[in-house]
Amino acid sequence: MPGYALQRLAQAIIVMMVISVMVFAGVHAVGNPIDVLISPDATQAIREQAIRAYGLDQPLWRQYLDFLGRLARGDFGRSFLYNMPVLDLIASRLPATLELTLAAVIGATALGVPLGIYAGYRPSSILSRAIMAASILGFSVPTFWIGLVLIFVFAVNLGWLPAGGRGATVSVLGVEWSFLTLDGLRHLLLPALNLSLFKFAMMVRLARAGTRELMLTDTIKFARAAGESEWTILSRHVLRLIAIPIVTVFGLEFGSTLAFAVVTETIFSWPGVGKLIIDSISSLDRPVMVAYLMLVALLFIVINLLVDLAYAALDPRLRAQHA
Amino acid sequence: MTGEAPLSAFWLEFRRNRVALAALGVVATVLLVALLAPLIAPQDPYDLSRLRLTDARRPPGFIGSGGYVHWLGTDAQGRDLLSAILYGLRISIQMGLIAGAIAFTIGATLGAFAAFRGGWVEALIMRVVDLQLSFPAILLALVLAALLGQGKWQLIAALVAAQYAYFARTAHGAASAERAKDYVEAALSTPLPTPRVVMRHILPNCLPPLIVVATVQVANSIALEATLSFLGLGLPVSEPSLGMLIANGFQFMLSGRYWISIYPGLALIILIVAINLVGDQIRDQLNPRLRR
Repeated sequence: MPGYALQRLAQAIIVMMVISVMVFAGVHAVGNPIDVLISPDATQAIREQAIRAYGLDQPLWRQYLDFLGRLARGDFGRSFLYNMPVLDLIASRLPATLELTLAAVIGATALGVPLGIYAGYRPSSILSRAIMAASILGFSVPTFWIGLVLIFVFAVNLGWLPAGGRGATVSVLGVEWSFLTLDGLRHLLLPALNLSLFKFAMMVRLARAGTRELMLTDTIKFARAAGESEWTILSRHVLRLIAIPIVTVFGLEFGSTLAFAVVTETIFSWPGVGKLIIDSISSLDRPVMVAYLMLVALLFIVINLLVDLAYAALDPRLRAQHA
Repeated sequence: MTGEAPLSAFWLEFRRNRVALAALGVVATVLLVALLAPLIAPQDPYDLSRLRLTDARRPPGFIGSGGYVHWLGTDAQGRDLLSAILYGLRISIQMGLIAGAIAFTIGATLGAFAAFRGGWVEALIMRVVDLQLSFPAILLALVLAALLGQGKWQLIAALVAAQYAYFARTAHGAASAERAKDYVEAALSTPLPTPRVVMRHILPNCLPPLIVVATVQVANSIALEATLSFLGLGLPVSEPSLGMLIANGFQFMLSGRYWISIYPGLALIILIVAINLVGDQIRDQLNPRLRR
C-alpha cells in the first residue's frame, strides 16, 4: 500500500510538471502582452523598459525556469492588469466563488436527493415523471441560457432580484462574505440557482436509481415485515444506503462545479475567480492565466489522487495487486 | 431481433417509443431547415444592403420596411431574427458534426489501438485519457480556445480535444472485449496485416456503443460551442452561430428586449434535447442488460 501510494504520488507530480510546461508554453503562444500593457504610441524606451520589467526579454525556457523557481517560493508573479501579486488577487476572489459553488452544490443536494428518492419510490406517478423530465432539461439545456432566462424573468420582468453583482458583504476574519447579509443573499440566489441546475439533475438521477434498486432488496422487505412505516424505511434505511455514492459524487463534482462557475459568474457579473480568468484571457494577463490554470490542475490532480488512494484502501483486489 | 435484417428490426423497435420517434422527427426537420436556410429564410441576414437600422430591435410580429412580417422580431442591426436563427443553426450543426466526426475518428482509433497494442503503450494512452476525463470538458475547451485564438478550426480543435477521450474510453472497452473472442484470434492467425484486422473486423463490432457516444457528443459539442461563443472565445464574428446570437442579445435583455436572446436559445435547446432523446433510445435498445 505505501508503495502504491508513492507510485501514484510520483505520477501526480510528473503530470503536474507536464501540465506546467504545456500551460506556460500555451499561454505564451496566445499573443504579445506588451501590446496590451502599454499604449501603441509609447516611446521605444518606455516599451523596452516595460519588457525588461516583466522579464519578457528573456528566452522562453529562461522565463519558464524563473517561473518554476518563483512557484517553489509560492510566488506566482504580479498581474499585469491589476499590478498586484497574483496569489493575493486570486485569494481575494476565491471566497466569492467558494460561496457560490457551495450554495449551488448544497442546494442541489438538499432538493435533488429527496425528489430523487420520491421518484424512485413511486416511479410511475405523475410527479415523478415531472421530476425526471425536469432532470432531463437540467442535463440538456446550456447553463448560460438558463442564466439569461433567470435574469429576464426575475430581475427584468418581475424585478424581485438583482441581475448581477455580489451586493453587500460582511467581513469575517478578514474575508468578505455575501451570504451573511440579506442584500448579499438576494444577489446570491439567482447565480446559485443557475449553477445548481446541472448538479440538481444529477442528484435526482443518482437518488432515483439507488432507491429503485433498494426498494426491491430484502433489506426493505424485512423492514416492512417488521412493521416499520414507509417514512421510517425511506428516511432511515434508503437514505442511509444511497448516501455513499451521493457523497462520493458530491466530492468529485465540487471540482467541476468550480469550473462551471466560469459561465455563471460571467453572466451574473459575480466577482469570483471564474470571471477573473475570463477577464484575464481577454486582456492577455499571463500570470493570472498561468496561476489559475495551475491551481485548477492541482485541484483536480489532488482530487484524483485522493479518489485513487481511497479506492485502493477500500478495494481488497487493488490492495492485493500492489501488496 | 431477427438475424436477417437487424437494421429494420432496430427501426421497428425504435418506432415503438413515440417520444423518441417525435424527437427523431424534430432532429430531421431541424437538419432539413438548416440545410435549406438560404432557400426558406425570409431574408439573407448577412446581406448588409438589405438591412435598415430603422428596423432594429423590433418585437416579434413587426412588419419591417422589407414589407414582410418579422415573426420573431429583429436584432440590433435590424436583421430578421428568424432568418438569423436558420443561418445560425447551419453553423452550429456544422461545428457539432465536424468536431464530433474528428473526435470519433481520433478517439476510436486511439482506443482500439491501445486495446490491441497492450503493454505500456496501452497503459500510457488510457492513463492520459482517464486523466482528461476527470477534467471538466468545458474548462479544457475554454483553455484551448483561449490559447489557440479565435477561428473556426481553432475552435474545432478545442472541441475535439475536449471530447475525443469519451470515444477513446468507449472504443478501448469494446475493443478489449472483442479482442478476447475466438474470431479475432482466427483472423490474426491468418497472414492479414494487424491494422486491417482491427479496421475490418474489430472496429465494426465496436460500433454500437460508439454510435451512442457519438449522438450524445454531437449534442454536447453544439452546446459547448454555443457556450464558448457566448463567452466570446468561440467563432469569429463572420460566423454567427446560435451562441453568438444569444450573446449579442444579452445586452438588450436588461431593457426587456428578450426575443434577441431567447429565441436563438430556444432553437438551440430544441435541437439538443431532441438529439439527446434519440440518443437515449438508441442506448436503451443497444443495452443488453435491459433486454428480456
